[in-house]
Amino acid sequence: MTQTAFSQFQGRGAEGTDAPAVRPVFLAIYFILGIAFGFVLTRSEVLSWFRIQEMFHFQSFRMYGIIGSAVVTAAISLAVLKRLRLKSATGEIISVPPKQLGSGIRYAAGGTIFGLGWALTGACPGPLVALIGNGVSVMIAALISALFGTWIYGWIRPRLPH
Amino acid sequence: MGHWVNGEWPWYVAGPLIGLFVPALLIVGNKMFGISGNLRHLCAAIAPGKVEHFRYDWRRTGLWNLLFLAGVLVGGFLAFHFGGSHGIAISPETKATLARLGIHDFSGVAPRELFTWNALLTLRGFVSVVIGGFLVGFGTAYAGGCTSGHAISGLADFQLPSLIAVAGFFAGGLAATYLILPFLIGGS
Repeated sequence: MTQTAFSQFQGRGAEGTDAPAVRPVFLAIYFILGIAFGFVLTRSEVLSWFRIQEMFHFQSFRMYGIIGSAVVTAAISLAVLKRLRLKSATGEIISVPPKQLGSGIRYAAGGTIFGLGWALTGACPGPLVALIGNGVSVMIAALISALFGTWIYGWIRPRLPH
Repeated sequence: MGHWVNGEWPWYVAGPLIGLFVPALLIVGNKMFGISGNLRHLCAAIAPGKVEHFRYDWRRTGLWNLLFLAGVLVGGFLAFHFGGSHGIAISPETKATLARLGIHDFSGVAPRELFTWNALLTLRGFVSVVIGGFLVGFGTAYAGGCTSGHAISGLADFQLPSLIAVAGFFAGGLAATYLILPFLIGGS
């Protein structure tokens, strides 16, 4: 039951119900990819409150260039992967399940609430963690607060429009 | 070589590199690139309580992503220690705008007026860190994704829910930038 709820949340039908346990060698690969991502977040400076302010004041092309070229790169990659019908290294057929639109309220409202937090903290969840690695230790408090926010969402979820 | 370890990367290098995490995770294990699901996994691991949303096998579905997140922490640490701390070379216009609001320390990755433990005791520091963090956690959970899951993975797959979410990200971000921050930073 909870698995069904999870797969709806993630939009990943197969993974929620019968996801195979991930083998340690692959867990190590995800960890290494995460290290690379933390490095990129730092060197690209997308984790900087200053860069986020520059973006929301429309005073530099930089952040738009980064997000835009990231989307284009990912879109081309996805189109190629789908056309080739490749299997992943773990043997699953690569697929990208669609997200459920529903009324769309969760995306509009949740997105706006996150946007407020994005500008206030100057960080989305990945950069929040990368900032702690960068020595901005007060972001530990932001992360704990974010966990509390997620927990409160889970608690009142049945009463929220989705 | 030193520049690539130390300096800031141009947008046309940084952006495609970030985008490549989408196919990399699919090719390794058919996983979708997205960070904020980890907040849910951590809630499920630490304090699921009686909340049905957190009662699932987080090890099976989320351990891979939690390890990715642990890597982000280490990667940030390594980049910082091999690169040292530099000021962020924001545009002169942004610097002027922020200086008018009352931000004068441009030496770090985030302004020390807001993001230190001492600043947490001020209204502007508390709102930036604690209220901002709460909104990030609540909003990404409600929207089912953040910048990585919606803005990059979702838009790259041409998914309408992600486009709505990203419009919300910017609506909220602009509202905070123009309606909250000027009073928050200047007023305390």
